Amino acid sequence: MVEIRDLNFAYDKRPVLKGVNMNMPKGSLVAIMGLSGCGKTTLLRHIGGSLKPTGGHVRVGGHMMHELDQEGLYTLRRKMGMLFQFGALFTDMSVFDNVAFQMREHTELPDEIIHDLVLMKLHAVGLRGTQNLMPSELSGGMARRVALARTVALDPMLIMYDEPFAGLDPISLGLVGDLIRRLNDSLGATSIIVTHDVQESLKIVDYVYFMSEGVVVAEGTPDQIRASDKDYVHQFVHGEMDGPVPFHYPGRDYRQDLGLRV
Amino acid sequence: MSATNTIRIIGHRAINAIWRIGMASRFFVYTLLYSGSSFRRFHLTIKELFSTGVMSLIIIIVAGLFVGMVLGLQGYETLKRYGSESALGTMVALSLVRELGPVVAALLFASRAGSAMTAEIGLMKATEQISAMEMMAVNPIARIVAPRFWAGVISMPLLAAMFSAVGVFGGYLVGVVQIGVDEGSFWSQMQSAVDFRDDILNGVIKSFVFGIVVTMIALFEGYDAPPTAEGVSGATTRTVVTSSLAILMLDFVLTAIMFRGN
Repeated sequence: MVEIRDLNFAYDKRPVLKGVNMNMPKGSLVAIMGLSGCGKTTLLRHIGGSLKPTGGHVRVGGHMMHELDQEGLYTLRRKMGMLFQFGALFTDMSVFDNVAFQMREHTELPDEIIHDLVLMKLHAVGLRGTQNLMPSELSGGMARRVALARTVALDPMLIMYDEPFAGLDPISLGLVGDLIRRLNDSLGATSIIVTHDVQESLKIVDYVYFMSEGVVVAEGTPDQIRASDKDYVHQFVHGEMDGPVPFHYPGRDYRQDLGLRV
Repeated sequence: MSATNTIRIIGHRAINAIWRIGMASRFFVYTLLYSGSSFRRFHLTIKELFSTGVMSLIIIIVAGLFVGMVLGLQGYETLKRYGSESALGTMVALSLVRELGPVVAALLFASRAGSAMTAEIGLMKATEQISAMEMMAVNPIARIVAPRFWAGVISMPLLAAMFSAVGVFGGYLVGVVQIGVDEGSFWSQMQSAVDFRDDILNGVIKSFVFGIVVTMIALFEGYDAPPTAEGVSGATTRTVVTSSLAILMLDFVLTAIMFRGN
């Protein structure tokens, strides 16, 4: 479904992605993990066609993303869904209108059908009762679930999640994780999760890519990742303070900074 | 060294300014190109007409009334010196329909509706609502920008007309009701002196141009705002300042074209 080959990208002259290779087969749920600033979200934006690579390519459903014109890109995006970090619900619309948004924009379905479909989507995330609420009346976890219902409104073939677990309480976190897995399987879609929530992701995904400084440093199934003896993966999975990713930001010698004689 | 630096900074700012003018022009062209849906789905424009036009009515009516009353007082004092108090109606009406109506209404529109548009779109960008829309294959220029643009363009002449009408009424209250200018001469002189084409139509053209400029500045600043609290607040300030200066400069240019030699 998604094929990434030798992908390179730089903001101005600062390289962010340096020769990334990945495969995401149809029906799979893949996690991309790494520290903040390692290029995960940039990679996701390439898959969605929001950015054009400086080298290499991203192929989605057989289409080279950077070669598509706006019309082609929009046609393909109708088969994609993306859940943003904090939901990105439209704040001037009710929960119902948010979920109905794509149906009204892209289909000619009558209002009665849209009504039923929206309620079904909201029911799937357990929030049918919130249809008349505004986004400002929802908790963070509820907003994320409504956004999830909106993401899958048109039964996409590819679903992307940008930090879906950020800022959630433990109950919402487990709930969202479970929904992501169930929706992927029931829709027969391919899902990509960009996250640094290791424990929750390893419970639900099929395959993991670890990124650091714009390159893939490790990959494997959740079991392989848990058993990995690579220093970087070990530090990340076990949340260790020091390791290949140092605790201290590089700087001058501490004693020198304090004005002590070495 | 400092001279070189100064030149470099001036050059950098000049390039930046030209780049922004280019971006704004492109944004304007795109807005026109993607305006079709604002008319096909006119309910989107009507919704914006309410928030930009109807919600600005109070400030326009109150300001118009007071400006008209001040014109009545000042006009009477000046005309009395030449024994022409009966021309008060003409003076109030011409001042309002030619100048004060379009200009003051546009300045108020920029501060009330323009700043709100910038803040709203800037916040939509900061909370990833615009990115979400793009990922749903919905063009944000067509869905968010164009309806607001046409709402602004339609509202502005109507608000200016309302301002002038209420202003004339304010002048009447002070001139006729309070001071005692003859009511018949107040209205009849106004009727004979105010020309539909030369005065009213030119005033409408002015407010139409101001509507285009103010709304475009507000929308561009919002769309171009850095997605941070500071970025949105800076963009809102720039909208009010740039719009106000543009209104006053354009007013001079339009007045010079319309009324020279009349």
